[in-house]
Amino acid sequence: MEIDQTARFVQMLSDGLGNGAVYALLAVGFVVIFKSTGVISFAQPALMVVGALSVSIFGQALGLPYWVAVIAGMAFAAVVALVVERVALRPMVGRPPFVAAIVTLGVDIVLRNIANRIIGPTPAQMGDPFGFSTVTFMGASIQQRDIAAFLIGMVLVAALFAFFKYSRTGLAMRAAAFDQEVALVQGINVGTVFALSWALAAMLAVVAGVFLSAEAGLSQTTFTSAFKALPAIILGGLDSVGGAVIGGIAIGVVEAAFATYQGTGTGQGLSFLGNNFATVSPYLVMLLVLLFKPFGLFGTPEIERV
Amino acid sequence: MTIDTTSTRPEAEDNRPGMLERPLSRVLRPDAEGSRLRGRPDLYTAYKQDMALLNTPAKRNAVVLLVVATVLAAFVLPNDLVVLLSTAFVLCIGAIGLNLVTGYAGQVSLGHAFFVGVGAYVAAVISGPTDGRLLGYGFSFLPLWLLAAGVVTALVGAVVAPIALRLKGLYLAIVTLGLVFLGEHIFKEARPITGGPGVGRPAAVPSFGGGEIASGEVWGLVFLSRAQQLYLIVFVVLVLLAILGRNIARSDLGRAFSAVRDRDIAAEVIGVDLVKAKVLAFVLSSFYAGVCGGLLFTIAGFVDPGSFNLLLSIRFIAMVLIGGVATISGSIMGALFVALLPRVSLEIASRIPESIGVDEILLEGILYGVLIVAFLILEPRGLYGLWVRVRNYWKAWPFSY
Repeated sequence: MEIDQTARFVQMLSDGLGNGAVYALLAVGFVVIFKSTGVISFAQPALMVVGALSVSIFGQALGLPYWVAVIAGMAFAAVVALVVERVALRPMVGRPPFVAAIVTLGVDIVLRNIANRIIGPTPAQMGDPFGFSTVTFMGASIQQRDIAAFLIGMVLVAALFAFFKYSRTGLAMRAAAFDQEVALVQGINVGTVFALSWALAAMLAVVAGVFLSAEAGLSQTTFTSAFKALPAIILGGLDSVGGAVIGGIAIGVVEAAFATYQGTGTGQGLSFLGNNFATVSPYLVMLLVLLFKPFGLFGTPEIERV
Repeated sequence: MTIDTTSTRPEAEDNRPGMLERPLSRVLRPDAEGSRLRGRPDLYTAYKQDMALLNTPAKRNAVVLLVVATVLAAFVLPNDLVVLLSTAFVLCIGAIGLNLVTGYAGQVSLGHAFFVGVGAYVAAVISGPTDGRLLGYGFSFLPLWLLAAGVVTALVGAVVAPIALRLKGLYLAIVTLGLVFLGEHIFKEARPITGGPGVGRPAAVPSFGGGEIASGEVWGLVFLSRAQQLYLIVFVVLVLLAILGRNIARSDLGRAFSAVRDRDIAAEVIGVDLVKAKVLAFVLSSFYAGVCGGLLFTIAGFVDPGSFNLLLSIRFIAMVLIGGVATISGSIMGALFVALLPRVSLEIASRIPESIGVDEILLEGILYGVLIVAFLILEPRGLYGLWVRVRNYWKAWPFSY
């Protein structure tokens, strides 16, 4: 059967951009926390799962309308993030960032174990209006989910940029990210900034989680997708919000490209890489990029003095 | 400790005239090996004594007691506990390896599970049957495949190490995390070697010349089950590697590791070869991981390629953090603690009423996380730190300091 190559390409691109926007949202969350606190939060996947699960519960069990449930889920995840930040992360201020990162790993395990128990063996449905419905464009059937993910993702990122640039709180967060002590002297409550960045990151993660589980539902393995935001931030550089967005989308497209063009069946194309290589391709890209650009494409090189 | 020359005089020479005219150095070092004086066990008269592995009588006695008790335990404990403890000893080896690279040299590795996996498959391929559906060479002599597992994994570590030279801190943590995901994929897809996901393959076959180790009389002396024999073998390997680890840590290489961890630029300025230190840290750690992987699945007899996931890496990190960063004895304590955790949570869960809905698997998962967080916040030196606190309290007892 002759496959229309244009349609195939458009299909690939739409998949990639849709997933990429999701990764970008997660990646921006990582970067927001990293910039203000200097910590990589490995708890992001867990917060995503907890938030998406609460969206499912609000929507399905309590019968709230979808969009209300999403907002409620974001609020819930933000509260969880605030508690985590206050209880587990605040005592780590002044300790090496690696140690704090491991603390978030511990938090991740706790939250994820509880969430997985609630999810159980059958995936939790989001009750989203997209489902599997598609739009036909240039011969390719593009999922509405991907379009919505891309548009909403870009709107949120734009809103976030505006927030950082024009609001007083955003200015305070940028100041704290630049230099915590100087920010303190200027009368900025750095503790509030920490809390705020965790809440922001959690809310972004929930939106990402809702889109990640839009078709198949939220299962016990959905969290592994959230780790793909890590290659994204490495690509973009740990401290660049714009880089995170570009990195996320790039990772999404690379993944879709591998899924589309790798080829199946023995001895065909890149099939020697094994089934489902697409799901791990982001990590390979990350390794290659880091070998040549140790601080990512848009990250600030650390200048060290002894 | 200051040295009181009048009381360090060997007693046998007390009444000899002209004693005090001896050169001071001879008094400070009563004889070449610096033998301990009667009644003053804590007085060191030579640098060598101060730096000895077991530098106090209490330590010496405790270690001898511990080793004897551990060996005797093989004959006393029920079979399931013997198996559990053997697994714990193997995990100790892996934990020491991770502590070398992350604790001593400060290179955060979340990729330990990958190296353990490499070791497991190298051992399984070398010792596996030649005729089966899977790759195997049939060399089941245990020291051979164990050493090979360690060496090959160390070589893989040497390949990965250059990445660590370019990156540091959190970047390195994330990259090693990626290594676990890539490794998991490779293990799942390399079907001729690993059997593929859900199928798996028999683990390394242990033997000493004759047939595979099985229950029976050993040297015609005593009847030992397969589990008991493996327990003793694993324990010997652990003791050897623990002593090696301790010696690495206090050698010039270990000091170089610590210098790199504390401030790598400063270390370079004072003459530490950064490249050598970082690469060797990864190589040594991978060697330990390979040995650990080779033995880990031999006890159960079966390897599933899905075992080498992020959770295994996190378990190793938990062992190091709970046990004590940059201590060998801490690694062992931490590994024992983490390995016994499933058993402990099973006991606790059986006492919780069923209506709450907490079973041992959930409890174990939560305990991992809570313990990591709690130790890092409350006692960053881990179990080892707790032990130091207890020891220091009794040292000065009944005074508070």
